[in-house]
Amino acid sequence: MSHTIQLGRRSFLTAAVAAGGGLSLGWSLPKAAAQGTGAELGIWAVIQPDDTTIIRIARSEMGQGTLTGLAQLVADELDADWRFVKAEYVAPEVNLANKRAWGDMSTGGSRGIRASVDYVRKGGAVGRAMLIEAASKQWGVPPGECSAAMSVVTHKPSGRRLRYGEIAAEAAKLTPPTDVKVKTPAEWTLIGRGVKRLDTADKLSGKTVFAIDVQLPNMLSAAIAQCPVFGGKLKSFDASKIASMNGVQKVVRVDDSSVAVVADKWFQAKTALAALPIVWDEGPNATVNSQQIDTLLKGGLDATEAALGQQHGDIATALAGAATKVEAVYGTQFQNHATLEPMNCTAKWDDGKIEVWVGSQNGDASLAAAAEAAGVRLDAVKVHKHHLGGGFGRRGNQDYVRQAVLIAKQVPGRPVKLIWSREEDMQHGFYRPITQCKLTAGLDAQGNVTGLHARISGQSILAYLMPQRMENGVDRIAFQGWTAEEFGYMAIPNLRIDHAVRNTSVPVGFWRGVNTNQNALYMECFVDEVAHAARQDPLDFRRSLMTKNPKHLAVLNAVAERAGWGTPLPKGIYRGIAQNCGFGSYTAAVAEVSVSPKGDLKIHRIVCASDTGYVVNPDQVAGQIEGSFVYGLSSVLFSKITIDKGRVMQSNFDDNQVMRLADMPKVESILVPSGGFWGGVGEPTIAVSGPAVLNAVFAATGKRIRSLPLNPGDLRPA
Amino acid sequence: MQLNINGKVHDVDADPDTPLLWVIREWIGLTGTKYGCGIAQCGACSVHIDGEVTRSCSIAAGSVGGAKIVTIEGLSEDGLSHPVQVAWLQHEVPQCGYCQSGQIMAAASLLHQKPNPTEADVAQAITNICRCGTYQRIKAAIDTAAALTVPSPANGKA
Repeated sequence: MSHTIQLGRRSFLTAAVAAGGGLSLGWSLPKAAAQGTGAELGIWAVIQPDDTTIIRIARSEMGQGTLTGLAQLVADELDADWRFVKAEYVAPEVNLANKRAWGDMSTGGSRGIRASVDYVRKGGAVGRAMLIEAASKQWGVPPGECSAAMSVVTHKPSGRRLRYGEIAAEAAKLTPPTDVKVKTPAEWTLIGRGVKRLDTADKLSGKTVFAIDVQLPNMLSAAIAQCPVFGGKLKSFDASKIASMNGVQKVVRVDDSSVAVVADKWFQAKTALAALPIVWDEGPNATVNSQQIDTLLKGGLDATEAALGQQHGDIATALAGAATKVEAVYGTQFQNHATLEPMNCTAKWDDGKIEVWVGSQNGDASLAAAAEAAGVRLDAVKVHKHHLGGGFGRRGNQDYVRQAVLIAKQVPGRPVKLIWSREEDMQHGFYRPITQCKLTAGLDAQGNVTGLHARISGQSILAYLMPQRMENGVDRIAFQGWTAEEFGYMAIPNLRIDHAVRNTSVPVGFWRGVNTNQNALYMECFVDEVAHAARQDPLDFRRSLMTKNPKHLAVLNAVAERAGWGTPLPKGIYRGIAQNCGFGSYTAAVAEVSVSPKGDLKIHRIVCASDTGYVVNPDQVAGQIEGSFVYGLSSVLFSKITIDKGRVMQSNFDDNQVMRLADMPKVESILVPSGGFWGGVGEPTIAVSGPAVLNAVFAATGKRIRSLPLNPGDLRPA
Repeated sequence: MQLNINGKVHDVDADPDTPLLWVIREWIGLTGTKYGCGIAQCGACSVHIDGEVTRSCSIAAGSVGGAKIVTIEGLSEDGLSHPVQVAWLQHEVPQCGYCQSGQIMAAASLLHQKPNPTEADVAQAITNICRCGTYQRIKAAIDTAAALTVPSPANGKA
C-alpha cells in the first residue's frame, strides 16, 4: 500500500507559483540547470534525451555520502536507472530567488538525509507521475495501465515502452500533480542498496575541485593573521616592511582582529605575512590558561545552581539512603576539527556584487554572510558551492567567508582566494567545548541502582554561537544523549542530569558528534564503574537498567552477540562495551584491546552496531561508522587543544597528533535498522568509540582513565 | 627554473626556494596535489620524485630541477587505471577525498617497492593523515592493488 501525501506549503509547487514561474516549470534556473539542457520534472530532477538524470542536491557533500544518498532517495521514487544518475548542487542564490524551494541547505547534526527525506522523495514521485502521464497521453491509454521502472515507462497491457529520455520533454509541459504517492519500504529499489558513490572517480584522479583549488582569471591570493589571543584586537602593522617582497600586492586590515597580505600567489602572501610587523592589543584574555579553566570547571561540579536537563524521582533522598555510593569525576579537553582542507574561500567584489567560491556546510548561510560582510542585499550575492575537504561541523561557521569578502572588497574587480595556514586553522577554530562531569550513583544492598546524578560543568556551545537559542540559561545541546528521549537507562528510579554552565574565552562550536562525545564517554565509563562496584558483568548490568529502552537494548544485544561477549579471548586481550543514542539513532560498540607491559595500547577489534531506523546506503553507513571511530578515538587517545596566555598552544599536526593508519583498529559494523524512523548516520557512532575502548583498557589494566585525552604514561604500570 | 612534471617540462618563474607543492599548485596549475600542513606531517602533498614518494610541501622546487616529478594527474593516462586507483574505486575508499591524492601516491610508491607488502609494511609506509578515517579501506584497497600489476616507474607513470 502506498501513502498519499498532500504537498505542503513548502513543496515545490507552491514555491514555483510564488516565484512567478507558474506551472510551466519553465522558470529560470540559471545555475541549477547548468549541466545542460534537459526536461525539468518538478524541481529535483532534470532528464536529458539520452536518459541522463540530473538530481539536484541542496545539502553539502563533505565525505559523508549525502550527495549519493539524497540522489538515491529521489531516483528511487523517480524509478530512474541508477546508471543514468548524476548529481549537481542547487546554487544558494537560486534557492533564495525561488523562496527556498529546495529547503534547508544546512548540513550538520546528521540531518542531511533524515531532514530531507520526505520532500526529496515527494519530488522524485512527482517526476515519476509526470512521466507516466506523458507516456499514457502519447499512447492514449489510462495512466493506471502504465508503470515505471529503470527509466522506462511501460504500458502493461500492450507491452509498449518509452524511455524517460523520449518523453521527458513532453512530461515537463504537464502540470505537476498536487498529491503523489511515495513508495512503502517494500517497494524501494534503490533505498537500502549499497550503490556506488557518485563522487568517487574524480577524487582518485585529482580532478575534484575543492574550494582551495579554484583558479580564476586575474586571481590573487591572501594569507591572514588573526590575533592569537581570543578577543584581542589588531592594533597596527607596518606594510612598508614587506611592500617589496615577491608578489605582494596589498596589505589589508580585514576587521578589528585580523590582517591579510594579498599577493600574486598564496605562498608569497604567506611568506610576506610572516615578515609583517604586527602589533596586537591582546585584551583582557591574555592571561587565560588551561589550569584556570580547569579550576573554573571544577567549581561547577558542586555548584548549587545548575541548568536542569532532566530529572525524575528524588535523587537527593535516593543518594542519601544508598547502601553504597559510587562517585567519579571525568573531564575532556578542547578539540579542533582540523579538517584536512584548511579554511578557505575565494571572493570577487565587482560593481556592487559579490561572488564567492566556497566549501560550506550551509550554502544559505554563506550567502547571508557574504551579503552582510559586503554590505549588499542578498540578491547581490552568488555562491559557488564546492565539495568540502572535511566539515565535521567547522564549516557551518562562516567566519572565513566573511573574511574573504572583506578582503575582496579592498581589491575590487579581482578574485581573491583566502587560504588559512594550518597554523591559523589550528589556533582559530570553533573547538569542541571543554567539560567535566561528576557522576554519583547510589546502590542498594543488593547492588541495584537506586539513583544517578550526572553534573556537567563546562562550556556551552549555544551560549557562544547562538545565545538566542539558550532557554532561560539552559543549553539543550549540552544534554545530547541524555534527554528523556535519548537516555538509555530510564529505568533508574531516581535520576537527575544538570549542567553548570562555565564559559571561557575560547570559541566553541559543533564538532562531529557534538556533546554526545563527552557525555557518552562520561556515562558509559561511569556505568562500567558502577557495574564493577555492584560486582556485575558490564553487559548484564546495562541490560538491567534498560528495561524501559528496548531499542537501546536491541542494539546492545546485537553488538554483544557479534562480538562474542563473555567468550574467551586470546591471552592479553580484553573487552569493553558502551552504548548511546544520539542524532536519532541507537548505537553500541565492543572494543578489544591489549596493553603491553610498557603501557602501550593496541586496539585489535571494534564491533559497532547501529540502528538508524532505515538505511539508504549500507556501504556508506559502514564507511561512516569506520571513520567515526577514527575521529572519535583521535580525540580520546591523541589530540587536544590547550590554552596558555589566552591562546591555543598547538599549531599543527606535529603537536596535535591524530589517528593514523597504524593505529586503526579493525572496525566491523552491524546495521540493525528496525524501521519506522530515519536516524542520523554521520555522528551517532562516534560517541561510543571512546568509552568502549576505555572500558576495555580498564578490563586490561584495572585503571580508570578519567581525564581525556590519554596522556603519555597513563597506562604505564605504576 | 625548469621542472619536469608528468613528462612535460615547465619553465617556472618562481623563487627556487618556493616549496615544490606551491609551484605545482600555483605556478603550474595542477591542483590535485593538496596543502594540508606545510610541515610534512599529513602527506596530502605527496608526489613521486624519480619514483620516490616525497612530501612536496617541504622540498624546495629549485632542488628538483633535474628530476622526474609525477603528480596524481600523471599517475595514469585516464586518472583511473593505475592499479591503486582501480582498487580505490572498487573499495570506495574516499570520503571527503581531500587526502586521497596523497594516499594514492604513497600507496603506489609502496607497491612499487614492495609488491606484496605485509600489514606492518603498510602501517609503516602509509603515514598520511585522513580525518574522515578511511584507513580501513585504504588497507583493504592496498591488498587488492597488490594483487594487480603495478607498473614500474621507469615508464614514467608510477
